[in-house]
Amino acid sequence: MTFDEKYFDIGRLDRLSYGETFVHRLDPRAKVIGTMLFLLTVVSFSKYEIAALAPFFLYPMLLVTVGEIPVRFIIKKMIVVSPFAIFIGIFNPILDTRTAAVILGVSVSTGWVSFLSILLKFTLTISVALLLIATTSFSGVCHALRRLGFPALFVSQLLFLYRYLFVLMEETMRIIRARDMRSFGKRGTGLRVFVRLIGILFLRTVDRAERIYYAMLSRGFAGDMPALKRSRMVLRDLAYLSVMIACLWVFRFFPITEGIGRRVQELLR
Amino acid sequence: MSHHIVEFKDVFFRYPDGTQALGGINFRITHGESVGVVGANGAGKSTLLQHMNGYLMPASGTVTIGDLRLTKRTRQEIRRKVGIVFQNPDDQLFMPTVFDDVAFGPLNLGMDEASVRERVNKALCMVNSLALRDKPPHHLSCGQKSAVAIAAVMAMEPDILAMDEPAANLDPKSRRSLITLLKTFKHSKIIASHDLDLILDVCGRCIVIGDGVVVADGPSSEILSDRALLEENSLELPLSLQRR
Amino acid sequence: MHMADALLSPAVGTTLWAGSVAAGGYASMKLKERIDDRTIPLMGVLGAFIFAVQMVNFTIPGTGSSGHLGGGMILAILLGSHAAFLVMASVLTVQALFFADGGLLALGCNIWNLGVTPCYLVYPFIYKSMVGGSKNPGRILVVSIVSVVAALQLGAFSVVMETLLSGKSELPFSAFVLMMQPIHLAIGIVEGFVTAGVINYVRSARPEILESMAASRPIGREVSLKKVLATFALLAVITGGVLSWFASTHPDGLEWSIEKVTGKGELPQHENGVAAVFKGFQEKTAFLPDYGFKPAENELKKEKEAPPPWPGIEAGTSVAGIIGAAIVLGMIVLIGMGIRVVGRRQI
Repeated sequence: MTFDEKYFDIGRLDRLSYGETFVHRLDPRAKVIGTMLFLLTVVSFSKYEIAALAPFFLYPMLLVTVGEIPVRFIIKKMIVVSPFAIFIGIFNPILDTRTAAVILGVSVSTGWVSFLSILLKFTLTISVALLLIATTSFSGVCHALRRLGFPALFVSQLLFLYRYLFVLMEETMRIIRARDMRSFGKRGTGLRVFVRLIGILFLRTVDRAERIYYAMLSRGFAGDMPALKRSRMVLRDLAYLSVMIACLWVFRFFPITEGIGRRVQELLR
Repeated sequence: MSHHIVEFKDVFFRYPDGTQALGGINFRITHGESVGVVGANGAGKSTLLQHMNGYLMPASGTVTIGDLRLTKRTRQEIRRKVGIVFQNPDDQLFMPTVFDDVAFGPLNLGMDEASVRERVNKALCMVNSLALRDKPPHHLSCGQKSAVAIAAVMAMEPDILAMDEPAANLDPKSRRSLITLLKTFKHSKIIASHDLDLILDVCGRCIVIGDGVVVADGPSSEILSDRALLEENSLELPLSLQRR
Repeated sequence: MHMADALLSPAVGTTLWAGSVAAGGYASMKLKERIDDRTIPLMGVLGAFIFAVQMVNFTIPGTGSSGHLGGGMILAILLGSHAAFLVMASVLTVQALFFADGGLLALGCNIWNLGVTPCYLVYPFIYKSMVGGSKNPGRILVVSIVSVVAALQLGAFSVVMETLLSGKSELPFSAFVLMMQPIHLAIGIVEGFVTAGVINYVRSARPEILESMAASRPIGREVSLKKVLATFALLAVITGGVLSWFASTHPDGLEWSIEKVTGKGELPQHENGVAAVFKGFQEKTAFLPDYGFKPAENELKKEKEAPPPWPGIEAGTSVAGIIGAAIVLGMIVLIGMGIRVVGRRQI
């Protein structure tokens, strides 16, 4: 991806997070906890598990539809980050060639099974992470972290990071454009120019930090970042969390997929 | 109503790198006055504004706000009285949402939650931006950002309002609504700008600064029609006065 | 290289999360003792700076391929260990959320590999001890390259260890190491060059910035070797505790990695056993009139009691699994489409 593409990508995801749907309105803490439990449950399956992972797709599907998130956008973003998992996973079918099963005359090796399992887990974990931020504003996540006990200092500067992310990306983009406009092909994209470029950007950033600090002082800043309570855990959030935990428990410990499969097999027979 | 005055007496300031920015500034602004500060780039306008709430301290001379003389000890107090609006709203809007940003000042004043909310709503209404309450600043347009930046300062209910290039980067329509807005404020106002039409429109009095000293001080209509004086200071007649 | 959720086991994921959270708490505590007010916005804005700079690609000389910056060392040199670590952790958090780089469970690993390693290991013990107070650009260049290479090698090695301990990948240790380390050597040299370039540029253009940043750090030696060793010992104990807890309550995740370590002794037996098990399974199903969850549950129990053959993948189970998965996924898609349709009508 080029710089511009990445920039607009983040912007789009950020805009989605300010939506007004049921999932957007849930308390960020509930969503953060729910997501982490989901991830832990998904990765707790053994490396040869495939069928039992299927019901878990229900959660991302619900987030996408109830949260009105464009599916293609999320899938595109997932493909961009997939190389590492695929690169490591692809060695499984090469190195592990024992036969796992013979289905309709085709023998399937355990390596392919575990590779497929990695891919499914990748799809689930990454989509849920992206959907968390697509349905929860970043400042919401930060406040959730703060109230879950993360240090105030960490959260304050995380909020600053988020606030100036877009400002600095724009500034970087302007510099990059100026470089590309005058570099005619490859020359000018080398290391020396790059170093100088970040050097300048760094100095501007420090100056900006100074101006921000001045603005903070002007409005009575005395060392502590004040924060208002914004959301309360209400019945809706607790209900969401309990349903989530119940589903995770059922999906984890009862082989639903297999059960359904058997019953259908039985009917067909 | 003598407590809303701003007085600079023989103020000198030198930056650590040796640049002399202010070389003996003298003026006095009384309650309810609107004063424009104009001058070439690097004449010392921003440095002057930064003395108004003690971000910079004069090397010699005195700055008096109301009945307080600016010292390290009175600085916090003075910051409640003087609200400064910056040239670049991005530097001023540092919180993740408009609401948080406008609430930042009142919360620092130690107000309780209910009155903070009330102040924020009031300030945002004043600049017609209540609808932007829950948006993050990076989703706002330039005009919206500068309106919110003003609201953030107004939420502290300062006695004196100081602004640095309030209309830079604004499209003509946003600039016009800013001018209308500024005219409704009853505060003492000090506006540093290159936008001489804006100064002519909003400020009754105008101070010209050149090389860190006050070159001229008088009614805007007189000063801003003095072609020779303006050209000497890298300025030119306001467009509205150029028609013959 | 970012670690990925899909390759992680819960034990490794939570352990490294615990380690990273502990490091974050320690850094915040240290910073709070004596922090200049202006450091908070500075940290945040520098985090945004690193994030933006990471998005810029540059050409690696001689190869024509492009790379991008990690940034941990630049931050450590400018801000000191504690502040740099918190900024790095924030940058990685934002990346995990907005780019899904790695994922949220792997975030603990990534903060450890790319945050703790450069800020708490390499910077105090390599960079600081080798550069000292020197302002010689040549020396800074050499030490920067050494430091960044060391940080990246350690980081890459951590990725290898985390993947192997999780046991989801079949890659043998040696091959994995041989694959990961050389790639990161090249990246490290380039990043070291960039790091030194930026530091030297800032020093020549605006030396006062480096000085004021150094002055705003907590005083005293930032990290003592003793403390670091003590922390590591503590973390080792926590790790051991978490791992054994997982091993006792939750065998699936760890099973395979332990089996890997102890050698795959039981393998051949299963190969012969598959057919037999299949047959036995069919016999069993024939006796049971109802195929709801009950037989499946029984089977699950059976699997847990005896060391299972390949869980969930002998032939009978696999066919049922495939059919079941198709139906479950089909249902999920239908539910989704239903919600979309209802949602549109409401608007």
